[in-house]
Amino acid sequence: MPVEAIVKVLFMFAVMVIGLAPIITWVERKQSAVMQDRIGANRADLAGITLIGLLHPAADVIKLITKEDVVPAGANRVMHMLSPVIAAVPALIAFAVIPFGGVYQFGDTTLNLVGADIDWGLLYIFAIGSIATYGTVIAGWSSNNNWSMLGGLRASAQMISYEVTMGLTVVGIFMVFQTLRLSDMALAQDSSFRLLGFLAPYLGNDGGVIGWLIEHVRIPGWGLVYQPLGFLMFLTAIMAENKRPPFDIPEGESEIIAGYFLEYSGMRFGLFYTAEFLEVPVIGTIVTSLFLGGWSIPWISTADVIGAVSGVFGHGFATGLCIVLHVLSFLLKVVLMIWLQMALRWTLPRFRYDQVMDLCWKMILPLSIANVFVTGLVILLMAPR
Amino acid sequence: MTDVLFYLFAGLAVAGALGMLLNVRNTVAGALSLVATMVSLGAIYVLLDAYLIGVLQILVYAGAILVVFLFVVMLLNLREDVFSPERLRGTKRIGAVIGALVCVELILLVPRALGPAAEIPADFGSYRALGTALFTDWVLAFELTSLLLLAAMVGAVILAKRSID
Repeated sequence: MPVEAIVKVLFMFAVMVIGLAPIITWVERKQSAVMQDRIGANRADLAGITLIGLLHPAADVIKLITKEDVVPAGANRVMHMLSPVIAAVPALIAFAVIPFGGVYQFGDTTLNLVGADIDWGLLYIFAIGSIATYGTVIAGWSSNNNWSMLGGLRASAQMISYEVTMGLTVVGIFMVFQTLRLSDMALAQDSSFRLLGFLAPYLGNDGGVIGWLIEHVRIPGWGLVYQPLGFLMFLTAIMAENKRPPFDIPEGESEIIAGYFLEYSGMRFGLFYTAEFLEVPVIGTIVTSLFLGGWSIPWISTADVIGAVSGVFGHGFATGLCIVLHVLSFLLKVVLMIWLQMALRWTLPRFRYDQVMDLCWKMILPLSIANVFVTGLVILLMAPR
Repeated sequence: MTDVLFYLFAGLAVAGALGMLLNVRNTVAGALSLVATMVSLGAIYVLLDAYLIGVLQILVYAGAILVVFLFVVMLLNLREDVFSPERLRGTKRIGAVIGALVCVELILLVPRALGPAAEIPADFGSYRALGTALFTDWVLAFELTSLLLLAAMVGAVILAKRSID
């Protein structure tokens, strides 16, 4: 078991932290360049080889590590040192409860592709996410700079507001899937339902075109389908938690210079930067697990794949194929969600401070409470008597 | 392993509490010490199999309430002169009474801690067990608490509105 857990953790780290995070910084630059009609990062070269700018992440790291580490006079040295770590660690450990594959049976052994399959997985993510707030708030306070202080205050107000709202937006998903365990949620979404199923009692399965349509026009049973409003609100709230534009109020380059990390340089600034970029794939994995079916392949359930393949190649091969397809499906969805966040970041103009707060307390919060009521009503009406 | 973790987090909790007491002059450091205590308490709850309470402890107390504490403390930017001896005297008296009561309660609880460990049901600490208990046996207490919170919220709005008007 420990060996298995370590391998799973290493896989997640290799893909998300070492694989995706540096590429995201490159994609961000290139994508923004394309959207703004520029060429983008292309100067870092190794003996004349530039690899379309792919060397820039490595150059960034070398630059950040070799830069002078400045601690401002009058700063609280210990807290100034500690806060980048507090900001970065939650983003790293959030991957522990994300299922990147299902539960598979090889004879007697069971393979469950999630680091820690805990009953309260989603609450764990919310809890460690709430700790990340301290990284920014302490950074703002300990720097002994008024702009930093303002940034820290803005960060605490914004993150608290959106944390409360984010919790309420996913209550509908809890109610639909009746669980907080992320692997169970992904399993529940590995299914599809008949879009025209309500017609079956009236038109019946007459064996004709209508019967075929009723049986075969199917929709994947994803959280997105059951909770479309919840999906939009959760995505907004969790992106606001990440503090990237258009929600970059705590940094506010045009107002408070760089906000809470104004007095940071070198690799300490690099940690804040990394934390923000790591949260992009974290958000991608959480949204995928909750709303986009996790590792499941739309319209093709695990039983379908195993049933189709095991007859020819045997059960073991079919299960192995399932694992590969499911992990690839999961990663594809995560990459799509990362692309969506990048596109939003470079499309929308940034909000003003009061607009961010209004959006949270006057729009998303009431709507999410209404969402909970409507979801409960529908579940009550659909319950078998 | 559990024992080692317990002593680690218990030590952290005590250190955080002491840090808060000793940092009366530096309120932000005091509030941050309290955060350490709250997070350690959450870890101890998890070690006691009370998973939901442990996570909620971190989510609600460490992650939300203390951030608001910090927000207020940083916004007011309290200096030493706020804590004049006259103002501190009354607070100290109330604190002494509450502290004495908590001490008595702890001493009364010691004999029970020395006995055999209580049997815990299979679903102990799960959100299902807690939710069922909360909305059946304890629903009256639950509703009264929510009423209390509503009253506090209305009161806060009225106070804030008066200062605006």
